[in-house]
Amino acid sequence: MTDIPLLEMEDLRVSFDTPKGSVDVVKGLNLTLGREERLGIVGESGSGKSMTGRSILRLIRAPGKQTARTLRFDGLDLMAQSSRQMRQIRGARISMIMQDPKFSLNPVMTIGHQIAEALQVHENLPRRDLQARVIEMLTSVRINDPERVAKMYPHEVSGGMGQRVMIAMMLIPRPQLLIADEPTSALDVSIQAQVLDLIEELVTGNGMGLILISHDLNLVARYCDRILVMNGGEVVEACAAADLAKASHPYTKGLLTAQPRMQETRDELPVLDRSGGAGT
Amino acid sequence: MRNPAISLKDLDISYGDTKVVRDVGFDVAPGESFALVGESGSGKSTVLKAIAGLAPDWTGEISVLGKPRGHGTDRAFSKTCQMVFQDPYASLHPRKTIDTVLSEPLAIHGIGRRSEKVVEMLGAVGLDQRFRFRFPHQLSGGQRQRVAIARALMLEPKVMLLDEPTSALDVSVQAEILNLLKRLRREQGLTYLMVTHNLPVVSFMCDRMAVMNKGRIVEIAPKTALYDGSFADPYTRDLYAASGGNPDADPAGAAASESKDPA
Repeated sequence: MTDIPLLEMEDLRVSFDTPKGSVDVVKGLNLTLGREERLGIVGESGSGKSMTGRSILRLIRAPGKQTARTLRFDGLDLMAQSSRQMRQIRGARISMIMQDPKFSLNPVMTIGHQIAEALQVHENLPRRDLQARVIEMLTSVRINDPERVAKMYPHEVSGGMGQRVMIAMMLIPRPQLLIADEPTSALDVSIQAQVLDLIEELVTGNGMGLILISHDLNLVARYCDRILVMNGGEVVEACAAADLAKASHPYTKGLLTAQPRMQETRDELPVLDRSGGAGT
Repeated sequence: MRNPAISLKDLDISYGDTKVVRDVGFDVAPGESFALVGESGSGKSTVLKAIAGLAPDWTGEISVLGKPRGHGTDRAFSKTCQMVFQDPYASLHPRKTIDTVLSEPLAIHGIGRRSEKVVEMLGAVGLDQRFRFRFPHQLSGGQRQRVAIARALMLEPKVMLLDEPTSALDVSVQAEILNLLKRLRREQGLTYLMVTHNLPVVSFMCDRMAVMNKGRIVEIAPKTALYDGSFADPYTRDLYAASGGNPDADPAGAAASESKDPA
């Protein structure tokens, strides 16, 4: 049982039909994720990293099409599941944290209700237990005064708090795999670390697998065991997080050097050679 | 400081009944690049807006290039001072071509030779001439931000207000825009007042910075403070640590910065 990897993916393709023919945005991606492993997917806009994350939940909307030779989660073939069966898996066994709490929370539902709803869909609980679980979950994402916050609407809380509410909502059914798609890019630096520490703590504490999708190489290196660097729908480099400094692919190196650093002495930042592409 | 390019004294700014910025004062020397750093809601963008005339409800003194600034918009003022906004996806009119966007400031101020000036400016910000008659949706984020910078430079201002000019862009595109801003400053002798929450960007772009928290300036420090983290204020030290501060204390950061040494 335990030797089956949590997630197996072979030759994943996501394509969109355009007037000029079909365009692959993910071109034959392979990955395996072990239990309790933390995998980072890094890339710039348009590299296909979010599409990869969404395709695990089979959330690619038409006209996008998704094919894969294997897409197995915990021994279960995800490609063969009906949409009803997929709904049972989403949230309960695989959860996804989206980028911006402002657009991902329901504006006309209180926070407590939304979190309770996430749980109710998958479990039948008496109302009192439900309430208790919601409060307990809000406490575990370090929200002070959870009773009060549960009665608030999303517009009444800050971005950092909203993201913590999202995390609470995603983790309350106790999934086995958490996909975090740029969970902190809408947040301030000082709150980013708090939110990621929290995700890390909850993930390792509950034996979950984590896929962290981000454009920030250093951030991913800090929180993951293994890193995939994507560009143009393909994985250009896969390495252990600790070996990021030894990255060999020119694109990864380019990304690393293009970032300004705290002790900046360079007069000009090196930029990626885009002569092959469209340029900025 | 004699003849500062931007001088703020006892500046309080309100939105309605809420005072969001209190008692802000600093001078920026001509040709200097000065950063305002802080979290969301700390009032850093509001300070820029007040200088640009977009937040007219303020008390105190603002003067730019020695001239005190009045409340509200001011035509002569916009020739000396221009602003670049955060999100290039929102700051360009979707139904106006790049040519129209760039000619508009010239038309408003009755300046001639518009066509030549547009061509010249496109060259200066590194955009090909073929972009001239395109619409913003036909451009990428980095290209749009170049257009926004070009628009701000059309009136040949001496002072530029930059509101998080690269936070909506990818890392590699950010590098190009930062290089562009640095080059333009050198070539045209511009003064920058730049709002950002990204301390490494400050380290690359700026000479000094003011750290804001809850509408007040808590510390003004030279950029060299970023090298060793020698900040006086505890809030600044927290911010520095949260930004991956001292790489010696952080193995991942240290590993990454080692690899960044240019060959």
